[in-house]
Amino acid sequence: MADMKVAAYICQGCGLGERLDTAALASVAKKEGKAALIKEHEFLCNADGIKMIRDDIANEAVTHVMIGACSRRAKTEAFGFTDVCVSRANLREGVIWSQPETEEARETTQEMAEDYIRMGCAEVKKMTLPEGDPAAVTERTLLVVGGGVSGMTAALEASKAGYKVVLVEKSGALGGWAAKLHKRTPGKSPYKDPQNTPVAEMAAAIEADANIKVYLNASTSKTSGAPGRFEIEISTESGSTTIEKVGAIVQATGFELYDANKLPELGYGKSANVVDQAGLEALAKAANGSPIKRPSDGGEVKTVVFVQCAGQRDDSGKHLPYCSGSCCLTSVKQAMYFKEANPDIDTVVIYTDLRMPGNGEDFYRSGQEKGVIFTKGKVSGVEAAGNQCKVSFQDLILNDQVAIDNADLVVLATGQVPNSGVDIDTKLKAEIAAAAGDNSLMEAYTASQQEGAVQPISMLNLTYRQGPDVPQLKYGFTDSHFICFPYETRRTGIYSAGPVRRPMDMVQAMEDATGAAMKAIQAIENAGLGRAAHPRSGDLSFPKVRLEGCTQCKRCTVECPFGAIDEDEKRFPLFNQARCRRCGTCMGACPVRVISFENYSIDTVGSQLKAVDVPDEFSEKPRILILACENDAYPALDMAAMNRNVYSAFVRVIPVRCLGSVNTIWINDALSSGYDGVMMMGCKHGDDYQCHFVKGSELANIRMSKIGDTLKNMSLEEERVSTFEVAITDIERVPQLINDYAALIQKIGMSPMKGF
Amino acid sequence: MSENYRNNFLKEVEERVEEGHWVKMCMQCGVCAGSCPLGAHWAHPPQELFMMIRAGKREEVLTSDSMWMCTSCYNCVVRCPRKLPITHIMHGLANLAYRLGLSPKNQTTQKFASMFWNNLAQTGRVNELKLSLGMYFKDGFGQGIKNAMAMQSVGLGMVKAKRLNPMELFGGHGIKDKSGFHAMLKKAREIEDRRKNFA
Ligand code: SF4
Ligand code: SF4
Ligand code: SF4
Ligand code: SF4
Repeated sequence: MADMKVAAYICQGCGLGERLDTAALASVAKKEGKAALIKEHEFLCNADGIKMIRDDIANEAVTHVMIGACSRRAKTEAFGFTDVCVSRANLREGVIWSQPETEEARETTQEMAEDYIRMGCAEVKKMTLPEGDPAAVTERTLLVVGGGVSGMTAALEASKAGYKVVLVEKSGALGGWAAKLHKRTPGKSPYKDPQNTPVAEMAAAIEADANIKVYLNASTSKTSGAPGRFEIEISTESGSTTIEKVGAIVQATGFELYDANKLPELGYGKSANVVDQAGLEALAKAANGSPIKRPSDGGEVKTVVFVQCAGQRDDSGKHLPYCSGSCCLTSVKQAMYFKEANPDIDTVVIYTDLRMPGNGEDFYRSGQEKGVIFTKGKVSGVEAAGNQCKVSFQDLILNDQVAIDNADLVVLATGQVPNSGVDIDTKLKAEIAAAAGDNSLMEAYTASQQEGAVQPISMLNLTYRQGPDVPQLKYGFTDSHFICFPYETRRTGIYSAGPVRRPMDMVQAMEDATGAAMKAIQAIENAGLGRAAHPRSGDLSFPKVRLEGCTQCKRCTVECPFGAIDEDEKRFPLFNQARCRRCGTCMGACPVRVISFENYSIDTVGSQLKAVDVPDEFSEKPRILILACENDAYPALDMAAMNRNVYSAFVRVIPVRCLGSVNTIWINDALSSGYDGVMMMGCKHGDDYQCHFVKGSELANIRMSKIGDTLKNMSLEEERVSTFEVAITDIERVPQLINDYAALIQKIGMSPMKGF
Repeated sequence: MSENYRNNFLKEVEERVEEGHWVKMCMQCGVCAGSCPLGAHWAHPPQELFMMIRAGKREEVLTSDSMWMCTSCYNCVVRCPRKLPITHIMHGLANLAYRLGLSPKNQTTQKFASMFWNNLAQTGRVNELKLSLGMYFKDGFGQGIKNAMAMQSVGLGMVKAKRLNPMELFGGHGIKDKSGFHAMLKKAREIEDRRKNFA
């Protein structure tokens, strides 16, 4: 890049001119910010203002632009200059809208604005232009793992959108779970009767589709690379292997039914007349419309009892704790098999709650119309007696312990267990703990790997450093951002769809697969342009590491929430640009601070916090640094200001990509520069996390829990560094948090570290 | 004898109870039970009656006094998310129980209903004086006097306002063609018996 030339622009619009002394701001930019070119403008974002900046870039060789105007979240298009580095001093939301418009507040408001100008100038000087990935490539082919209804839907949808598909199915035919069904629950209006499954049609469509290549009896024995350039080794049962190159992956590996053998108390395994839902489908398929016979002796079936939630929604810890959300629908459908053959057959569904997602309510009503009896009750046991069974249950409406003595068939509604492969988290957590000096988890993990224990089979066999499969959240379902980005797993370019992601029925699985296919296509295109996927979609910056300084501590490799970092032969971190989401967690983790982005680094933030003018101990003007997550906390602050919810004038806010990107050096620097407190605002973490980078805020919390020692060494109170969970909707709460914290700081007093 | 949790009794209800085919559509939400202004006085609120029917508890349902508690306020009917005509079903169940001779003998609404009917069916007009006196004296002479004394002012008020004619005690008025009326009722009963399968 040519020589750096910084230009500072200060806007007087939106009331900035009236509330602030912009001439003084200009002189701060000149004297302290060392800007070569300073201009005030009465309305910077209008065509004239933008033209002025553009002209300066073209004619004055300006390379770095500091804009003192509104929040970086406003006017992104107007100020979105891509050929220069841009920083934004948030004078509007960050200062005049969040400060009271009174004469007494004028001085502190101006001080705040001046600090933001200092910070903006300091930041922009440390930035360079992201160069993107000159080597970006992309393969416009999708890999779909799993040939069930979800997988087939993803394949057909992607093909319709003009992409090639490689479909890998472990069995000898397409169809998965759906192929085992006699009929499916209705997916179309009027939602009254079971329908034929779409398997035959879809399989035929795939067969006829030149864009889709199918591997049967096959598995993905090795997946390496990154979005845009995955290399898949496909092994077939016959022993042959093929390599396919794909740009993105949809994992639609489905589920297994919960093993009914674990439910002997419900008679499974004790009588041939007790079956699970798959068992009943097999019977119905064999009967093919004629009456289903009693398995034990081929006798006539007069009474069928359906036991809902068998081994599900269990709070004893023995069985599945969750609801599979599809088995109630299935039982209604299966009861209809009998009613259709002979309306005089008694079909009793014993449920505690009926869950009828989507249009299931209509289907339930249709079941009632057909005479299926629904009884709210909890089954306590099923005993076989000759060719019949006795089903004992508590009737929850009549509050009665009762039994149906002569059931010819009992159907257990067992749940969906996801086929998500290896749970890599146990090992990773152990590694993270070990890096922090706690070896106990690692020992437990090593022990679990020995003694010939049966290990789950990997679905993808990723060659990623963090493990062979996508991370799981709870109960083995693949982790994806439930609220904002449901299909995104924690491996960029790999999307999970269908019941492997969460329990669901066929209607939902098909929608899910369509969504996942679209996201996969987006990932393919992004990879070709070297751009990040959500939530920093389009970002071209990328972590660079100065390997000379690296101590091979492995923190970045194990902490990256997206498994973007492998290890090279010499055990140095090996970053994969296309896998990276640009969260900066690695930058926050690195103890020797050798990781940085072109436009976001230890220095861009460090220089900002050092640029702030910290008044002395006797000024009664404390300084509080806020590191605010740009996804939730920073917008919440902006919106609080839009509502004129005022907060303390002593805070200085720096947005960060994620709390995970906060390096403890910033905290150290802030405290030793005399800040009186540091507030870190990030998203909710834990199982119901809202962190856009999934693990960032959690990791930040772990790191900050260890900051206590540092504080002690500096003889500082613990409260001087505090972490807060903030949601984007907290527009009332966030000013309150700030004011409470400011009051707390006032109480514990000014930092003794000032002026060193 | 009907069996547990089988369709037998439900089928009987569908056949013999007005709007009985709706019983299977109840989704056991309990809104009716919570809406009934007399709810606290029912041994089995409608929701429970419907479940009992499905559970095959024929005896218990038909001998219960619950459906006799319904005052036809229609609160439940307007609120039922499944649009069951609950009020009608309650009357239908009561009617079935009565026809089978299973209804509780001295239950007040039941007694009143049969008095009302007998009163009306005789002359084609309701004799209000006889009906109310009959109601007062249903539990014996002593209780009857007490009831009559308690209601004295209401009764006198009604006489004064010409709503009650004391002369009705001696015969009272009726419609013109009584025998035609009786024949009509008999025919209606025949049709109903055939439809509802009463011997
Ligand atoms: S869908 Fe129905 S049967 Fe299945 S777990 Fe949920 S409530 Fe139970
Ligand atoms: S920026 Fe985030 S996603 Fe990228 S390598 Fe670092 S930790 Fe991983
Ligand atoms: S965290 Fe830093 S020092 Fe540790 S391995 Fe990564 S780059 Fe190297
Ligand atoms: S309100 Fe309707 S659906 Fe609900 S319990 Fe009563 S009758 Fe059943």
